[in-house]
Amino acid sequence: MSGTAMTKIVYKNIHLENSHTLAVYKANGGYQALEKALTLTGDDIIDEVKQSGIRGRGGAGFPAGLKWSFIPKDDRAKYLVCNADEGEPGTCKDRDILRYDPHLLIEGMIIAGYAVKAERGYIYIRGEFYREAERVQAAIDEAYAAGYLGDRVMGREVRFQLAIHRGGGAYVCGEETGLIESLEGKKGQPRLKPPFPANIGLYGGPTVINNVETLSSVPAIISNGGAWYGKLGVPKSSGTKLFSVSGHVNKPGNYEVELGLPMRVLLEEYAGGVRGGWDNLKGVIPGGSSTPVLTKSVCETVTMDYDALSRAGSMLGSGAVIVLDRSVCIVRAIARLSRFYRHESCGQCSPCREGTGWLAQVMERIEQGKGVQGDMDLLLSISENIQGKTICALGDAAAMPVVGAIKAFPEEFQYHVDHGRCMVA
Amino acid sequence: MSELQKTLQFSEAALQQAELIFQRYPADRRDSAVMPLLHLAQREFGGWLSQEALDYVAAFVGMPPIRVYEVATFYTMYNLKPVGKYHVQVCTNISCWLCASDDIVKALQEKLRLPLGGSSSDGRFTLTEVECLGACVNAPMMQINDDYYENLTPAQVSEIIDRLP
Repeated sequence: MSGTAMTKIVYKNIHLENSHTLAVYKANGGYQALEKALTLTGDDIIDEVKQSGIRGRGGAGFPAGLKWSFIPKDDRAKYLVCNADEGEPGTCKDRDILRYDPHLLIEGMIIAGYAVKAERGYIYIRGEFYREAERVQAAIDEAYAAGYLGDRVMGREVRFQLAIHRGGGAYVCGEETGLIESLEGKKGQPRLKPPFPANIGLYGGPTVINNVETLSSVPAIISNGGAWYGKLGVPKSSGTKLFSVSGHVNKPGNYEVELGLPMRVLLEEYAGGVRGGWDNLKGVIPGGSSTPVLTKSVCETVTMDYDALSRAGSMLGSGAVIVLDRSVCIVRAIARLSRFYRHESCGQCSPCREGTGWLAQVMERIEQGKGVQGDMDLLLSISENIQGKTICALGDAAAMPVVGAIKAFPEEFQYHVDHGRCMVA
Repeated sequence: MSELQKTLQFSEAALQQAELIFQRYPADRRDSAVMPLLHLAQREFGGWLSQEALDYVAAFVGMPPIRVYEVATFYTMYNLKPVGKYHVQVCTNISCWLCASDDIVKALQEKLRLPLGGSSSDGRFTLTEVECLGACVNAPMMQINDDYYENLTPAQVSEIIDRLP
């Protein structure tokens, strides 16, 4: 697989001048997928999306078509929610869709809403993305005026209302039931599952929640067919994926590539190479702050797809590739993340509320050279007492980077404890 | 400030915006409007939410005040203390840190003569350290009020502050 001439799906328009406007979007084939979708049944659309094999691009990787098929065919009001609460440290891929191609997302949402018979949709945008929300609102206004949204979508007996809901600065609202609580005007504390949102979600109605990137892939899947999309990428990781490559590379940026691309190709051919050359690489956090760090030797051969990263002991996550060169103190890097998770724990479950605090404290004392023998075991024990014992995945997200770093770089942790300082910086 | 806050009342323009906000949600789901209305109130009432402002929003939505307090204290973007005219928020999370956000923090502290969490006595600036703002490929970055400033250098920080009206 070469680094050039790859299919672009969600970023195909973003480099065009005024790509955020309806005129440019339509001039480049926009809303033709919707026109086609409206000639199909909802089940046909769900089948296409199932056939595409697309998995949720927000982090969990759940097959989107399957998620849609869980929506019961009863007469309750149904909802479609787009998760644009992009907050996993390292991740900023959806932002470029929101600000440069909002109509792509809107078209994907109208199609998804039609497929699952939801007449109301919300885009939950993180509150700090104020300018992005302005862009999306302008696009929504254009889409209403042009008859793509409203009581008669493209003149048909199809209704779809779409609105923005701005968040207030809480990472946990990226968790889908925390997000629903927030949309209902409450603290964003996640709900116990089951029931899953597909059955009881927003306002108690069946609700589909998808990431921006997932929904923005839908128009291409409908236009070209699920089978076409399924051939992109590699088996079980079909399609293209956006990667936010940040940290120690020469050309940080958001890149759309087919899944299955070797990480080394992503870093060297797209992101301009590791600062100081490949041999200066220390490790990579491959899928956002909650995914375990991979050492250079793993990075040599691992490919960027769900299964390969999982086999390597980490996760594809949200596609935030955070590159660390050899100047980085791994203890300090992870301590910073632990501080983040302590700040973001919603406080609902004791293992997470207390555990994230403990992780942050112990990481901090090791970082400051005040660690004691046994601290690594203590960190692992705290992690074990968080993982799988909380309502949502935030606790796991806090524990995984700590456990991963201790496994990948045990000698650095030990050196900090033994010598009261860092062996690197 | 406290005099103003005692006679809180949305402006005509804000009332129109509030009407549009309610229309986004089903008619029997007015509570959903509390977050956008708190954002609106913060904008209207000088950049922060006093208890009077929270009570005003509660009455406006028709929610018990305690429920509004819960929301306002849960989300970091609602300022429960006065902030400066320019709220400078600097990210120090991992991607920014890898790209020398420590230098940006230092430059801001020196330029504004403020510690993290501090506000200038003239009411012009508040400097806050924040978690990831989602602009990681353009690190390091900061946000001033509604706008992002990305790919920063310490020298640029000083220029940006000087250029603020």
